[in-house]
Amino acid sequence: MKCAGIDIGSRTIELVVIEAGNIVECRQIDTGYDPISQTRKLLNGISHDRIIATGYGRGLFEIAFDSATVTEIKAHARGARAFFPNAQTVLDIGGQDSKVIALDKNGKVKKFEMNDRCAAGTGKFLEIMARALGFHIEEFGNESLKAEKCLTINSMCTVFAESEVTSLITKGEDRLEIAKGLHASVVRRVIGMLKRISVSGEIVFSGGVAKNKCMRELLAEALQQEILVPEDPQMVGAFGAALLAGE
Amino acid sequence: MSEDYRSMWKDLGLDLTAHDALLAVLGKGYQDIYLSQKNRPEGMAYFDFVMSEVHGLRIKELVDEKQAGRKIIGSYCVFVPEEIVLAANATLVGLCSGADFAVEEVEKLLPRNTCALIKSSFGFKLGKVCPYLESADMVVGENTCDGKKKAYETLNALVKKLYVMDLPQVKSEQGKALLKAEYNRFKTEVEKLTGVPITVASLKQAIQTVNAKRAAIHRLSSLRKANPSPISGLDALLANQVFFYDNPARFTESVNKICDELEKRIARKQGVSPEKTPRILLSGCPMAVPNWKLPWIIETSGAVIVGEESCVGERGTRNLTDNSGNTIDDLMNAIVDHYFKVDCAIFTPNPDRFNHITEMFETYKADGVIHYSLQFCQPYLMESMPVEKALEEKNIPTLRIETDYSMEDVGQLKTRVEAFVEQLK
Repeated sequence: MKCAGIDIGSRTIELVVIEAGNIVECRQIDTGYDPISQTRKLLNGISHDRIIATGYGRGLFEIAFDSATVTEIKAHARGARAFFPNAQTVLDIGGQDSKVIALDKNGKVKKFEMNDRCAAGTGKFLEIMARALGFHIEEFGNESLKAEKCLTINSMCTVFAESEVTSLITKGEDRLEIAKGLHASVVRRVIGMLKRISVSGEIVFSGGVAKNKCMRELLAEALQQEILVPEDPQMVGAFGAALLAGE
Repeated sequence: MSEDYRSMWKDLGLDLTAHDALLAVLGKGYQDIYLSQKNRPEGMAYFDFVMSEVHGLRIKELVDEKQAGRKIIGSYCVFVPEEIVLAANATLVGLCSGADFAVEEVEKLLPRNTCALIKSSFGFKLGKVCPYLESADMVVGENTCDGKKKAYETLNALVKKLYVMDLPQVKSEQGKALLKAEYNRFKTEVEKLTGVPITVASLKQAIQTVNAKRAAIHRLSSLRKANPSPISGLDALLANQVFFYDNPARFTESVNKICDELEKRIARKQGVSPEKTPRILLSGCPMAVPNWKLPWIIETSGAVIVGEESCVGERGTRNLTDNSGNTIDDLMNAIVDHYFKVDCAIFTPNPDRFNHITEMFETYKADGVIHYSLQFCQPYLMESMPVEKALEEKNIPTLRIETDYSMEDVGQLKTRVEAFVEQLK
């Protein structure tokens, strides 16, 4: 039986198809302004027996394709646990939200926290800040790690942080140090969320921001423990949805 | 709406264009949220009618009462005793505060970071769209939270007659003495307004009328213990909201009629949703009409609400007032005793509320608690954290929500609520 999971996020859409426990298809496309058309493109030529949608566009998909849905929380919990069977905490930072999920010993969601309505501390924040400093998002993390020290950025609001960055630039501060400071500010916010659900055990980091090496290293440093990242952290939600479709 | 209403609204001083806009939004919201529900009890037709005439027929009744010499008193809080108002031959109505209106005007008078409920009460006044407020001969403000008590200082200049009632914040003997003194002062004020002295007989009768209304709500609440629940949380919330507007006797009769129907439904095991639907206890800030956002999100996410630990809900209606006294003083003491039990978050400490949440969770066989606070509502936001901790210590799944009346966070809230419902399944 072929089971598919599709994760319609604010920035990207991922599709994972599994058969007999193995991933047989893995695709990604930008969400753009018309997620359903993008979804159709992504599904082109794919065959599956069951499909479950997740992500913020799941409601649209449910109506357009008459499919079942699960929340990102459940999908990420399931996906992360499949990659790391002892995971107890999942940190997912996507394009427009971030969440922390505590799992019980059977992998069920015990408690979760999500960021508030704005994009503070999410992928979108890092993306805008990278642009403000003239970095490509793919290299933002690696470049930031080259900084010798880390400047303190106080604003968590994307709009305020951008003005703060501008004022630091005009003060002649090093752009790498500003960049590292921006990463550190996101990490501080995430640590706050992790503390609220009293994190314990193995921590899995998923979502697009998990691809950022600076984020991974600063998090590991702050938590004094190893952060587990799946090979392709953006696929965790879709993979989890595919697994749930098969259950 | 008929032309009669338009001239009535105009006479009351409403801004007809703005009011039309409000009614259009309200009508659409009601259609989308209420009338789209499946398996509703037939008796809800009464409340559909009440809502369709909420600014029409009910206002006409109030205007007719006024013409017959009866006074209308408006209130923003459950601490304003309806018993005293009725005993002096006046009518008490809850005032509109459940939707954003004339926000730019409001923010000229109140800081942006004020809770949506307080802002809304100003918005309805400044936008001239609340016929209840405009019908009121006296508006009662009460010193509950800091936001409200400071806002009344400004509201004083906006309304015809604002009467401010002080309230205790501690459940001590001194606190109770303060409440008693304030209720006596209120009684005198109401008598002065109406020219009708309150007698033992009129007070007894008034207590009986209000108790009957509460007893009908108790009956409705009790039927929600059944699994599957015979009525949606949205519909039950509506009954609790209309409690503050409607003619008391007619309200009681209508709720009892719905209860008769629900008893038959329960006997047939007929519910609004299947038996395995996760059951939610909603706890926190009051939800005034038309603030249906969170209950609507919950009940369209595969759960059913089985109780409201709220002022628009069981916190306000939980107890009856003792009617056995034979002097004014005895009856006034009974009224003080009754309201002194209300476990509003303005009280410190407030252990009764924790106990009631747990008790309601068990009584209504809930599977989880969703704690709802309005953004910037310090008392409930502050309590939400120890409430969550205490409930989780009892292994009661809890979700804390902080929101306002805007629709911009609906997507986020839906994800949270759905994930919580998944957790309960």
